[in-house]
Order: sequence, then structure tokens, then C-alpha cells
Amino acid sequence: METIAMPAINLAVIMPEILLSCIAMVLLLVNVFVPGNNKAYLGYLSIIGLAVTAASAVGGWGPSVSAFNGSVVQDNFAIFFKVIFLISAGLAILISDRYMVQEDCNQGELYPMILFATVGMMLMASGTDLMVIFLGLELLSICLYVLAGWNRDNLKSNEAGLKYFLLGAFSTGFLLYGMALTYGATGSTKIQAISSYVMGNPGVASNPLFVVGMLLIAVGFSFKIAAAPFHMWTPDVYQGAPTPMTAFMSAGPKAAGFAAFIRVMIFAFPMLRAEWSDLLWILAVLTMTVGNIIALSQDNVKRMLAYSSIAHAGYALVGFAAVNAEGAAGILFYMLSYAFMNIGAFAVIILITKKGEVNGNVQDLAGFGHKKPLLAMVLSIFLFSLAGMPPTAGFIGKFYLFSAAIKAGYVWLAIIGVLNSAASLYYYLRVMVFMYMKDPEEDFEWAGATPAIAVCLLVAVGATLVLGVVPGTVLELAQKAVQF
Amino acid sequence: MESIFFLVVAAVAVISSILVVTCKNPINSALSLVMTFFCLATFYVMLDAPFMAATQVIVYAGAIMVLIIFVIMLLNVRVETVKRGTHAVIAGSAIGLFILFQTVWFLMKGSMTGKVGDMTKEQIVSVGHVELIGKALFTDFLLPFEVTSVLLLAAIVGAVILAKKKI
Amino acid sequence: MLAIENYLIVSAILFAIGTIGVLTKRNAIVIFMCIEMMLNAVNLTFIAFSRHLGNIDGQVFVFFVMTVAAAEAAVGLALMIAFFKNRESIDVEDVNLLKL
Repeated sequence: METIAMPAINLAVIMPEILLSCIAMVLLLVNVFVPGNNKAYLGYLSIIGLAVTAASAVGGWGPSVSAFNGSVVQDNFAIFFKVIFLISAGLAILISDRYMVQEDCNQGELYPMILFATVGMMLMASGTDLMVIFLGLELLSICLYVLAGWNRDNLKSNEAGLKYFLLGAFSTGFLLYGMALTYGATGSTKIQAISSYVMGNPGVASNPLFVVGMLLIAVGFSFKIAAAPFHMWTPDVYQGAPTPMTAFMSAGPKAAGFAAFIRVMIFAFPMLRAEWSDLLWILAVLTMTVGNIIALSQDNVKRMLAYSSIAHAGYALVGFAAVNAEGAAGILFYMLSYAFMNIGAFAVIILITKKGEVNGNVQDLAGFGHKKPLLAMVLSIFLFSLAGMPPTAGFIGKFYLFSAAIKAGYVWLAIIGVLNSAASLYYYLRVMVFMYMKDPEEDFEWAGATPAIAVCLLVAVGATLVLGVVPGTVLELAQKAVQF
Repeated sequence: MESIFFLVVAAVAVISSILVVTCKNPINSALSLVMTFFCLATFYVMLDAPFMAATQVIVYAGAIMVLIIFVIMLLNVRVETVKRGTHAVIAGSAIGLFILFQTVWFLMKGSMTGKVGDMTKEQIVSVGHVELIGKALFTDFLLPFEVTSVLLLAAIVGAVILAKKKI
Repeated sequence: MLAIENYLIVSAILFAIGTIGVLTKRNAIVIFMCIEMMLNAVNLTFIAFSRHLGNIDGQVFVFFVMTVAAAEAAVGLALMIAFFKNRESIDVEDVNLLKL
């Protein structure tokens, strides 16, 4: 019996993942062994954990280091995305406490589950082996199924969890089939090996086996980032899930889907960029248009934001279709600003919904602007940013995505994107009209913000404005991150 | 000889998988699915992967199907009485058949890559299949292997949270 | 050994039947079983390619797919139980607005 030669193990490369999973496990134990019903302190502990993880992730900024026989890499691209995930997890944790207390939900295990989901996202961004990407995606998805159904006594939440589970597992089937065919065509699951195989054998690019495998992988990822026509799960799941979890799902996992999608498509198949482009612009146009058109007719603010999140995936796909460095940097910047503005908007939604009512209808907002002028202003800033008005982060993000498309020769794609943005103004402004110009039908007192939500709003508003006014530094970092 | 055996097993696999979809009673569907799993295990043996065949029977037919049947019994799922709208059946079948034709067409046209690894039948017999897989798991795929442990922990915690009566 | 295409075609057929099942059945448990069938079809593809390429990677992938399927089964069935407690039904058409 020969002895097994262990490969060189470089733990520093996966340090953020190790730290965060250890913190999550410690929190699980603390939750069990520390008595008391108030679990809010676990949220603050996990925020500290996320900060420590972020510090360790940012510490790796610089040249890329590969480890575990090429299964995982530490490069600027992954680090930028990891910071986005950690920020969205932190903001979601800040807004969870009040909602979970209001809805009588179990809180103790909530924070570890969010942290596990974040570990999954980080693996999706740094994995360079289809197996690692798949397992990261599944770790994320399994946590999200549970988080979507977290409010066990609420039928809407149950439905959201079950629906998300069924469609998520269904899409996993397609993703896996695509991976299997790609493996068959190239003989490896490691992105590096696939890439060099495709380089060495140009004939493989037109091998139908390989092409159908790539298509199926694209279908699987499109499900995960909720791109039309694979978006049908989004509205119901986003509406039914507990609001803080909706905020989390729309920001972090969407970015993770893009991270893995970009990693697989651009890193593994550099030869096929032209083919990708054709596929991706169709996807981008469909996604933007479908999301915006259906959002126009929504009365429920959560559902409206769900459709708007489909539309935002479409804007990011515009940058993807450009398949150039500007486009990729634009996606990174856009996902970061989207995390701030969207979670911020959901934080205000949490404040306006009463117990047991998942439906925060736009009519309920009548008179909000006069009773809570500060909160209303904050919500307006987020909505302006989502609509892409200057001087907010949303404007700069869209500007870079569309200019990348123009640079790549897709002028009309940018035009469609701008037209879509204009259409989206209608439903964002409609919320503001209700806030400021309508009188409430019944007298209703909105609760004030708790300190945690106030911190979240402060950070989100600050970041939305700062990224909108002085985007230079972050954009530079994003551009450095995509120099493969 | 081998091709006849293959055809028989393949026919059983396809027929039982059709039964999974057409049976009205979920228990019948579940039992047909077990049949499909056994046929797949047979294929794995034919493909010189005895360890995967054993895992298939133990994990799929053993653990997962028992869990599913347990839940069917627990929830006392009734026989499906109302048909799903015909347009859903037509659309679903059309999409499924489209995927089938497209994939088969691509498979027939696609050219296979030649051998890239050094795994041969003689090696599997002499070294042993379990050893080969174990070696790959602990060297090349050490990281995915560790990630599964976190994944299983998260799944256990999640399942307990959702299904436990009183937390 | 038989040509690898035979196995690939059987697995494509199983995958398609699983897809049809997911799209046409109304019972959440049966839909889940069809999804398991799709994953199994993928596993067969992986093992066939692994044998053909003489490379163990595909079989290791199958190993992970099985692990994930078991974890998904646990979570999915827990979700179904939670849904059943509130609704006393697991027909997807009772899941509001579930338009598959």
C-alpha cells in the first residue's frame, strides 16, 4: 500500500472562509449554552465576526495565489466580491433583529445560518474548480431555502421556502448536467485545465457536446441570478420570505451568482467571448424589459422591489454582454452599490410593515412623508438611486455599465437600457407620490427605527451618496479587481 | 451478451422512470424511483465503478428514499385526484422533449475526447476502486471534501429549525 | 465495454423524463422525486465520462452530488412538513401563484 502524498496546503488562501465558518459554529454553541431569551447580542457578535473576516479577506489584496491543486484562488476579483457579500450579510443582520422579534421568530440560529450562506458565497467567488463552485452554491442555496421559510407560522413564508427549494433544486439539475457535459468534453473540472484544454484544442469550441454543456451551465446560473426567462420564482419568494432575508437574497446571492458566472464564462472560455456576447445580450434585454414592465403594475412594495431586482440583474448583464474589462468592473461596482441601496430600501420597508402583514402596499405609505420626514427622505434617496438618478451610486453604476456596452459596440443595447431606466422611474416615483402627496385613509402610527436599523440606514445612505459623488477610489479598485 | 444485458437494464430504468411520472399514488412513484436507482447502480457496476454503485444503493435507495417514503407516510399524502391543467402537461412535455432531442442530437454529433487520465480497468482491479476514490478525495479534492462538512452542518441545523415542534 | 454513447443517451432520456415530471406533476413530494431523478441522470453521465476518460474526477463529483442530494432532501422535506402543518396539503397548485 503506497502512502498518499498530500498536496501543498495553503490555508492562508481560504482563511476568510475558515474564520467565518468557525465563528458561525461558535455562535451556534453560544446560542445553546448561554441562557436567556434575548438573542440580539448574537447579531452583534456576528457583525464583529464579519468585520474580522473582511479584514482577513482584504489583507490578501495583491497578486493572485492559487491553492489546493487549483481548486481555489485568492485574487482581487474574489476579494472584491467577498467584501460585497460581507457587507450585505452585515446590513441584513442589522435589520433582522426588530423584524424577528416582531414576528415571534426564532433568532438564535438565524445569524449562524446567514454566516454559513456567506461562506457559500465566498467559495463561489474564489472557487476555480467546478466542484468548489457547485458546493459553494449549494451551501448558499440550502441556507437560503431555510432562511426564506424562516417564519414557520406564516403560510407565505412556508410557500416562499418550498417554492424556492423546488425551483432551486430544479435549476441545480441543469447546472450539474452542464458541468457533466463540460467535463466530458474537456476532461477536467478545474477551470484552469478546462481553459488550457480549450486553448490547446480550438476544435473543442465547436464541439456540440461542449456547446450544450455551456448552454446548460448558463441556464443554471441564469436561474440563480433571476434573469428572464428564468425569473418566475423571484416575485413570490421575495414577497413571501421574511423582509430582512429578502433584502439579503436580493443583494448577496445575486452578486455571488454573477461572480461564479463571470468566473466560469470569462476565465474558462476566453476563446468563446463572441458567442457569449450574443447569448448574453438577448438575456440582458429580456431581463431588463420583463422586470420593468411587470414592476409597473405592482401595488405591493416588496413585490415591486422583487421585479425591480430582476431588472437590475438585467442592467448588470448589459455589462456582462460587453465582455470587456470595463463591463466586468461595472458589474462589480454596480453590485456593491446595489447592496447598499436595495438593503437600505428594504430596511425602511421593515419599519412600515405591521406584524403578520407581509404585504406592505404602496397605499399604506400615504402620509408617510409628513409623519416621518427623515425616513421618507432616506427612502427617497434609495429609490432615486435604484432609478439611476445622479448624484447617487445607482447613476454611476449604470453609467459605467452602459458606457462599457457602447465601447463594445452595443450602442442600441445601451439605448434599451436607458429607456428601461426611464420606465423604471415611474414605479419608483409612484412610491414617492404616495408618501408625500396622498393623505392617509386611516390614522396609523409608524414605529421609530431601532438603533441597529438606524445604523444600517446611516451606512447605506452614506455609501449610496459617497459612491455617487466620489466613486473614483472604488472604481479604481474594481478595475484592478478585473485585471485577470 | 453485455449489450443485451444493457438493453434490458436500460429498458427497465426508462420504464420505471416513466412510472414515477405517471403513477397517481406517491408511494408507487417512490417505489418506481427505487427501481430506477437500482438500474443506475447496475450501470455503475458495468462502468467499473463498484464503489459508486454501493453508495448509490446505500445513500439513494437507502437513506434518501426512506426519508421520502417516511414523509409521504407522515403527511398521509392522498392520491392525486385532480389533473393538472392540460396546458401545463402539454407545455411541460414539450419542454422536456425539446431538451431530450436537443441533448441527444448534440451527443450524437459531438465527438468524444480521448483518454486524458491513467485510470484503467486493470488498475481499478489491482489497486481497488475505493482506494482510488479515497486518494482523489484526500489529495486533489481536499477542499470540496471539507466544504461538504460545513454544508451538512448547515443542512442539519436548517432542517431541525424548520421541522422541530418547539424550539 | 459498450460504447459510451449508450449510457449518455439513457441518461439524457432519464433527465428529460425528470424534467417533464417536474413541470407536470402537482404534488411537491413527487416533484422532488423527479428532481432526484434528474440528479441521478447527471450522475450517470459523470460516471460514464469518468470511465471513458480514464479519469477519477467525475466519480468524485458524483460523490459530492450524492452528499448534496442528501442534504437537500433533509431541508426540502422539513420545508414540506412546515408547509403541511399550516396548510394540510402539499399540492403545488395550493401553493399560491406557483406557476411552473
